[in-house]
Amino acid sequence: MAKRAAPEVNAGSMADIAFLLLIFFLVTTTIETDAGINRKLPPMEDENVQPPTIKKKNIFEVLLNGKDQLLVEDELMEIKDLRQAAIEFLDNGGDGSCKYCNGKKDPDSSDNPDKAIISLKNERETTYKTYIAVQNELVAAYNVLRDRRAKSQYGMTFAEMEANYDDVNWPGNKTKLKEQIEQIKLEYPQKLSEVQ
Amino acid sequence: MAKFNKKKSGDMPAISTASLPDIVFMLLFFFMVATVMRQNTLMVENNLPFADQIEKLDKKDLVMYIYAGKPSENYTKQFGTAAKIQLNDKFADVSEIAAFIAAERASKREELVPFLSTALKVDQDANMGLIMDIKKELRKVNALKINYTTKKGSVTGE
Repeated sequence: MAKRAAPEVNAGSMADIAFLLLIFFLVTTTIETDAGINRKLPPMEDENVQPPTIKKKNIFEVLLNGKDQLLVEDELMEIKDLRQAAIEFLDNGGDGSCKYCNGKKDPDSSDNPDKAIISLKNERETTYKTYIAVQNELVAAYNVLRDRRAKSQYGMTFAEMEANYDDVNWPGNKTKLKEQIEQIKLEYPQKLSEVQ
Repeated sequence: MAKFNKKKSGDMPAISTASLPDIVFMLLFFFMVATVMRQNTLMVENNLPFADQIEKLDKKDLVMYIYAGKPSENYTKQFGTAAKIQLNDKFADVSEIAAFIAAERASKREELVPFLSTALKVDQDANMGLIMDIKKELRKVNALKINYTTKKGSVTGE
C-alpha cells in the first residue's frame, strides 16, 4: 500500500476563470437608470358626465399640426418661445385673487394659476420628438414658477426641496418639508390637459 | 562574510500573484451586483428624444416597458418600415397591450400593482398616431402612470 497524500489542486488558473466572468459582467453591465417626463393619463371618462364649463380665457391652447408647426392661442410660435408664453399665461392672475403672481394682471388672460389650464392638441402625423419638446417646455414653465415661488418663500428652489426630501441624509424636518412641497404644488398646480 | 554575500546575490524576488484571484473576484462581485441585464432584445430603432425637465425612473422592477419605432434593419424586409410596437421580445399589435399589462400585473406582488408605471421608449421619429393609440389602450386598462423616457439634453437635440 503506497501512502499518497492527495495531490494539491492547481489554483493557477483561478485568475483566468475569474477574469472570464469579470469580462462577461463588465460587458453586460448597464448602470445608468432611465429618466423621462412623468405624466398621468386621465381615466376613461363616463359618456354621460357633462364636462365642466371653463372660461375661454382660462385655457391656453397649444396646437401641434402634422408638419410640426406650433400654434399657440391662434398665433404661430417657435418652440423656444413657448416656455415664456406659458409662464406669462399661468402667472397672469387676472382677477387679483392670486397674491403671489407677478403677471400683468391682464383681464383677458387667466384668472388664477389654480384655474389656468393648458390644453395640448396634436395630430396623428406630429412627430414624437416635437411632441416631447412641447411637453418639456410646458413642464419647464411650471417648474420655473414653482422654483421662483419656493425661492421667495423658503429660500431654496422647488427642485432642491424635492431633492432634499428624497435625500436620506438630509438633516432637516421632513414632514415640514413635505407640507411645503405640497403647498407649492397647490399654488401652481400642473393642469395640463391633452385632447384625445 | 559568507552570510552577507548571500543576501546580495539574490535578484528581485518575483511578486506573488497568489492574491490576484482575490482582487479579480472583488471586481467580479462588484459588477455582478451592479449589473442589470437587458431584458429585451430591441427589434425596433430606439433613438430616444431629448428633454431636460426629467425625473429619474427608479425602482426598476415596478416599470413596464413598451418600445416603439421603426423595425430595425434586420427586420425591415419582413415587417416594412412603418413604426411598430414591441412588447417583450416580439412585435405586437396595439390590441395586445391590454394583455401585456395584465400579464405584467399578474407577475408582480398584489400590493405592488398600484405602483406600477409604464415607460414608453419611443423613437423620436415615430409619429403621434401610434402613441395616441398606445395611450388609449393604457387608459382602457387603467394603467395611468406613464413616463416618456428621454435622453437628457436640450430639446433641440444636439
